[in-house]
Amino acid sequence: MASESIALTVHRSPLQVVYEWMATVDHKKIGLMYIVYALLFLVIMGIEAILMRIQLAHSNSTFLSPQVFNRLFTMHGTTGVFFVAMPILFGFANYLVPLMIGARDMAFPRLNAFSFWMTAFGGLLLYASFFAGKGFSQGGIAPDVGWFAYAPLTAPAFSPGHSTDYWTLSLLIAGVGSIGGAVNFIATIISMRCRGMTLSRMPLMAWMSLVMSSLVLVTISPLTAAQLMLMVDRYMGGHFFDTTAGGSVVIWIHFFWIFGHPEVYVLIIPCFGFISEIVPVFSRKAMFGYPAMVAASVGIGFVSLGVWAHHMFTVGMPSYGNAFFVLTTMVVAVPTGIKIFNWLATMWGGKIVFATPMIFCIGFLFQFLIAGLTGIMLATAPFDWQLANSYFVVAHFHYVIVGGILFSIFAAFYYWYPKITGRMLSEMLGKWHFWIFLIGFHLTFDFMHVPGLLGMPRRIYTYEAGRGWETWNMISSIGVIFQAAGILIFVYNMIQSYFRGTIAGNDPWDAWTLEWSTTSPPPEYDFATLPVVRSRRPLWDLKHPDDPDWKYE
Amino acid sequence: MGANVVTIPAGDSWQLPSRGRTGMISLIVAESAIFTIFVAAYVFYIGKSPDGPTPKQILHVPIFATICLLSSSLTMHAAADSLRRGKTAAFRLLWILTLLLGLIFIISTAREWHRLIYGQGFTIETNLFGTTYYSLVGLHASHVIAGLAGLTIVAILGVLGKVRSEHSERCDILALYWHFVDAVWIVVFSVVYVIGR
Ligand code: HEM
Ligand SMILES: [Cu+2]
Repeated sequence: MASESIALTVHRSPLQVVYEWMATVDHKKIGLMYIVYALLFLVIMGIEAILMRIQLAHSNSTFLSPQVFNRLFTMHGTTGVFFVAMPILFGFANYLVPLMIGARDMAFPRLNAFSFWMTAFGGLLLYASFFAGKGFSQGGIAPDVGWFAYAPLTAPAFSPGHSTDYWTLSLLIAGVGSIGGAVNFIATIISMRCRGMTLSRMPLMAWMSLVMSSLVLVTISPLTAAQLMLMVDRYMGGHFFDTTAGGSVVIWIHFFWIFGHPEVYVLIIPCFGFISEIVPVFSRKAMFGYPAMVAASVGIGFVSLGVWAHHMFTVGMPSYGNAFFVLTTMVVAVPTGIKIFNWLATMWGGKIVFATPMIFCIGFLFQFLIAGLTGIMLATAPFDWQLANSYFVVAHFHYVIVGGILFSIFAAFYYWYPKITGRMLSEMLGKWHFWIFLIGFHLTFDFMHVPGLLGMPRRIYTYEAGRGWETWNMISSIGVIFQAAGILIFVYNMIQSYFRGTIAGNDPWDAWTLEWSTTSPPPEYDFATLPVVRSRRPLWDLKHPDDPDWKYE
Repeated sequence: MGANVVTIPAGDSWQLPSRGRTGMISLIVAESAIFTIFVAAYVFYIGKSPDGPTPKQILHVPIFATICLLSSSLTMHAAADSLRRGKTAAFRLLWILTLLLGLIFIISTAREWHRLIYGQGFTIETNLFGTTYYSLVGLHASHVIAGLAGLTIVAILGVLGKVRSEHSERCDILALYWHFVDAVWIVVFSVVYVIGR
């Protein structure tokens, strides 16, 4: 059979291969396309970040013009959230969830392809603004209204040309893709599990995908609604956010954060899934407190719907509004703490293997904790009045997004790359990647808190000398060199291991979930016969018939 | 070679909810969130328009259209029920009746809009009320149109005799969507014609 498929590959022209990928409805291929697409955008957003850090490295810099700087931070933020983090997480979930729950594909394979292509098209449209955003009215190219695009900056009077329309339309289209993807994940997880895979036996990664998808349904939709309103305003002369006709700009801010805050949980919850799969395997112990983990995630999902106005303390709210959103935000810390203790307890007393996936998870644990703590600080309204819109906030959320989300994505790459390609990533390069990136991350983002505390606002294109901000900014910028080097090692590792890595075999980590029971890479149909499970660790049961898990669960 | 598959007997029967139904319910949740935001904006902006016209001056309450749309839910339910029992003739009749009732609703909305736009010169640009009114009612109407498209396809297949009781699951799922569209109308109607007027 293997030789047959090789023969087929030889005879296919490049065009046929391209066609095959474009027309595919296989969840693994679609998952890979999401991931590759997101990695391309990761590089683009990284270049944007590098440019901004060059500009901010010292005072009174003229490397970039203010206009270009505005475009760069808008594109960097929008790209990062919608075209890097979301697609990469959707990609992993696409690839892994059907395998983990013992299904042969997603519930709706064609909807799956549609969702991917919508997302892909959204990203291309966003970047098409560089060529076409100017429009006839001589506005700017590329969007420059910030990733949250507060009204009235988006009103035709302040955003002439089409750059803002590109922003709106691309997020609208990508949003349709995300909602399609979420519907598909939910239907897959609820309705496609293999025999015996009850909800209480499902791998945590599948649980987290379920929670993430449910959140997508109720968070991306408000964004879609708000974008529709903005389009009504911009194209049809509507007045939703037009203060001269009785409209309100604050309502945009509310709508945006009703989307925006749960969105950050859409991004972190699948990462909880990665960590919960990887930590037990490399601690050689079953996950500690599985039900608590599930309950905490569902809890976080619900609570996250009621905290959005902690982004609005400085917009102005009545005191009971402030109090409410301070308290709900603080409540998030409880389930989050439960999770951290569960991971620690899983490691406690385990025979920890410090392989690359695991060390990235350990990095995640530390950094996510610190990021949560600065989050709690910002959730205290009086403290936030001082620090809102400063570099302290920028440091907080990059601590979560890079130190938490990106680290766990790296962990996921090192852990599942062997399954996806059939070859191991180099451990040596992996360790180099980890340490160099870790140094870069801490140089950039630890030191970024300080200018924030000293009063440096975000989104300024330069600053005067003599305010005590220079050194901190210089250190932050130097950190970027290390981060970029780390990413280069990672990319090199992925390319060279694809051709020369050691052959992985079905189950290189001696793991316990179903994806490791099939070949690496898995065949198109995933499983020759559909599996049947009796516990949370089906492969443990298979390997230890004398002492299976189902006797104890 | 083939996969190294876990084969452990699981015992009792294994049945999961249908994926079509799960998918449709998820879609309805997402759509509800979109409507929630539009309804919130509508309610927030009630009475905030600095200039006229006001809802009281120009809106006519669409009672007949509302009755038609709501009763189409009943006929839809009956249609799906007959299909499940294999009574395809009754199904065809009731389904087409549903389609007609939906059409009456959308035509009456279209006439109302025609009257407002060409008769009164009241458009989406006129004032804040116009913006919120046309957006919310229009969002709902576009869902009705999507539903009607689905209904029409099934109706054509039904007339060709291609819809049989084994398709009742699919018709049920489409019916779910239609009931949702009707339920949203109750909210939109209350907000626009009762509270907002
Ligand atoms: C779970 C992962 C998290 C992510 C991805 C995340 C992300 C973000 C982002 C992107 C922003 C800034 C938005 C902007 O202004 O552009 C932000 C701000 C904020 N975050 Fe987090 N965050 C996370 C966790 C937390 C936690 C656990 C808390 C508190 C318990 C928290 C509290 C806050 C507060 C209060 C702000 C508003 C600061 C301000 O604008 O003045 N965050 N976060
Ligand atoms: Cu938030």
